[in-house]
Amino acid sequence: MTRFNAWNVFKNGFTGQKSWDRQWRDPEPKKEYDIIIVGGGLHGLATAYYLAKNHNKKNIAVLEKGWIGGGNAGRNTTIVRSNYMMPGNHEFYEHSLKLWENLSHDLNYNVMFSQRAHVSLFHSPGARDGAARRYNIMRLHGTDAELWDLGTLKKNIPHLNYEDARFPIMGAAVQRRAGNARHDSAVWGYARAADSLGVDILQNCEVTGVKRSQNNIESLDTSRGTIKAKKVGFAVAGHTSVLWQMAGLGNLPIESHKLQAFVTESIKPLLDHVVVYGVGGAHFYISQSDKGSMVFGGDLDWYKSYAQRGNLPIVQDSAEAAMAIMPCLGRIRLLRHWAGVMDMSMDGSFFICKTPLSNLYLNAGWNYGGFKASPASGWYFADLIANEQPHKHVQNHNLERFEKGINIDERGAGPDPKLHG
Amino acid sequence: MIRIKCPYCGERDHSEFTYGGDASIKYPALDAPESEWTKAIFFRENIRGMQKETWHHTNGCRLWLEVERSTITHEIKSVKACHPQIENITKNKS
Repeated sequence: MTRFNAWNVFKNGFTGQKSWDRQWRDPEPKKEYDIIIVGGGLHGLATAYYLAKNHNKKNIAVLEKGWIGGGNAGRNTTIVRSNYMMPGNHEFYEHSLKLWENLSHDLNYNVMFSQRAHVSLFHSPGARDGAARRYNIMRLHGTDAELWDLGTLKKNIPHLNYEDARFPIMGAAVQRRAGNARHDSAVWGYARAADSLGVDILQNCEVTGVKRSQNNIESLDTSRGTIKAKKVGFAVAGHTSVLWQMAGLGNLPIESHKLQAFVTESIKPLLDHVVVYGVGGAHFYISQSDKGSMVFGGDLDWYKSYAQRGNLPIVQDSAEAAMAIMPCLGRIRLLRHWAGVMDMSMDGSFFICKTPLSNLYLNAGWNYGGFKASPASGWYFADLIANEQPHKHVQNHNLERFEKGINIDERGAGPDPKLHG
Repeated sequence: MIRIKCPYCGERDHSEFTYGGDASIKYPALDAPESEWTKAIFFRENIRGMQKETWHHTNGCRLWLEVERSTITHEIKSVKACHPQIENITKNKS
């Protein structure tokens, strides 16, 4: 594979940029693999990449029912941050952020990671104190975090509604190292890097059945034939329950909900940061893409669904939330909105764990946070599959935590998946 | 917008309602083993297809409804009041 570097870009300039290799091969499925990862999204591809790179594993396949980049990798708001507080979550997301910081070099693919700061507004003394507690805990763990008073906030982001907002803005909790990355680049970069280490990426390869013995999986029936596997990893967030039941494993602490995102026409540079707020029933996050579009999102559609399309009341809610905080957006036109199906788990935290079957491993339950998590998700899931035991940072991210009463409930919202936004 | 035919109020937008969740869950006896309670509280079938679920008519009659709805197409097959006594009242009304 041709590496991306200045010389190769220059050289290909003489041939009209037509002599680049394919970014990844399109192989025929083999009869058997040592490791099969089901799900060619960011998490599945990252897992395959780190299995090959960190653990020197060979004979790996990633099965994708559609095409690379067509699922939730292309249905998110591209925010990367690590402002988590609970043990396990904190270390995990901080590790993920560190991987993002070097990802473009690691993958030899520009993921356009932009550490433009994540600015989380607060609107009451109580919310400020809550933010101070969370961000102080982050600092004690060595993650950057700061509180901005109103003056600093106004200086940095002059366009917010400081005049007559229903819930006046008091300041913000800020993580400067957080920001955005380009979603397509991340998933293509992982696909290309995994492929160059010998991973077979099988697109249009939907798993239609799971053949198992008493306590392990023998083979997977797919739309491209039956494929045997020594180890299988599920990384299909959104449809985890469907696959889990295909394997005859019953219920999971997961509900599938859909989350919408919106993108507007491109405008000149307006917003240099990721701005987030949640108050009075509104929940809103916005940033400006490198193309100039405003990219934003809000709450779930509030009912369980596997449909990849959003409902209209949430379009209105999000537009209202935008207007409440940035009235200057009033005349901007919305270009597109879309919905992704996501695993909402019972405590708002993810699963990277072993399963009742000896050669099946589970990666699921990413709630709102799958995009930023993907490098660390792949890192620790690969570690679990290779070493047969969970790393200490994900040792409680298993299916048994509910029975043990050690739920990792970052919001304290209780066992109602739709509330873990 | 999903339209839900409330047996008491008639057909209304889903934005008047609050989504409850899986209506097929049966809570075990109070002294049942913890594993059964864990299953009832935390584990879900998460059906891809027609499922029974509860909706609360929060901005209407405040009845809890049992709705059969497809989680793929959002098509609604049936709506009834969750509590049998109330169901009888709504029947008498119509």
